Amino acid sequence: MVHAPRVRHLIRARDLVDARFSECIGVDDMARAASMSRAHFSREFRKAFGESPHGYLLTRRLERAAALLRNTDRSVTDICLAVGLQSVGSFTTSFTRTYGRTPTAYREAFPPASQQALVPGCVVRAYARPERTFREDSSAVPS
Amino acid sequence: MIHIATVQLWVNDQDEALEFYTSKLGMEVRSDVTLPEMGDFRWLTVGPANQPDIAIVLMAIPGVPVMDAETQKQVRELMSKGFAGTVFLTTEDVRADYQELKARGVEFTETPEERPYGIDSAFRDPSGNHIRLTQVTMAGV
Repeated sequence: MVHAPRVRHLIRARDLVDARFSECIGVDDMARAASMSRAHFSREFRKAFGESPHGYLLTRRLERAAALLRNTDRSVTDICLAVGLQSVGSFTTSFTRTYGRTPTAYREAFPPASQQALVPGCVVRAYARPERTFREDSSAVPS
Repeated sequence: MIHIATVQLWVNDQDEALEFYTSKLGMEVRSDVTLPEMGDFRWLTVGPANQPDIAIVLMAIPGVPVMDAETQKQVRELMSKGFAGTVFLTTEDVRADYQELKARGVEFTETPEERPYGIDSAFRDPSGNHIRLTQVTMAGV
């Protein structure tokens, strides 16, 4: 029987993070996906990818959070929960350490998401059109 | 050169659709903004993580005056019947994805079956839209 290379098991842990980072998963789940004990898995993961499993999971979440801060108008709390983190305080600390500014300051450094959204002209014309003109408003008709 | 950038699907409920396309199908949110100057119109797009230049707009069926009541009803009926548009997705392992998505509560209308071009399956999103998931085996398809 030919055994799969060790990294084939480790990549399953990374795939799990890439696909399920928004859920409440942790290093234990990653180790399980790789079919290894936690301690052994952490050592092997670091050896193969040059970073800890926790570091990979956290940076995957922070990368998504940064994208959501730039591209959506959701609150920082919503974004924290959307990327699988439970504590806004820890999220803010990790984010600030990684990006050099708080989530709110990071967002403010970019144009508002509404200005970047590729809302097509046809949609703008349809939705921004007022319902009626004052001439049709019965209250504006002279008695 | 012309590229496909964004395609649109009508949805009954944007929050419900968002949950489905992200939590169940594993897509990521590309844009989610609400525009007060457009009557709180919400531009909500999602896409696969490995295709950053392609997105699906999850578009709520608008009310009057953008769409008259009769047309709203027609669109809602077509959507519920699965005739308001189809998205064709591909994957490397449709049988594994079928098991995974089924476990997550996705309503499959066709289990994976061998076709001349590959292994094909289909499911519905919560609004009734018809989504195909295919493992293409024929080169050039």
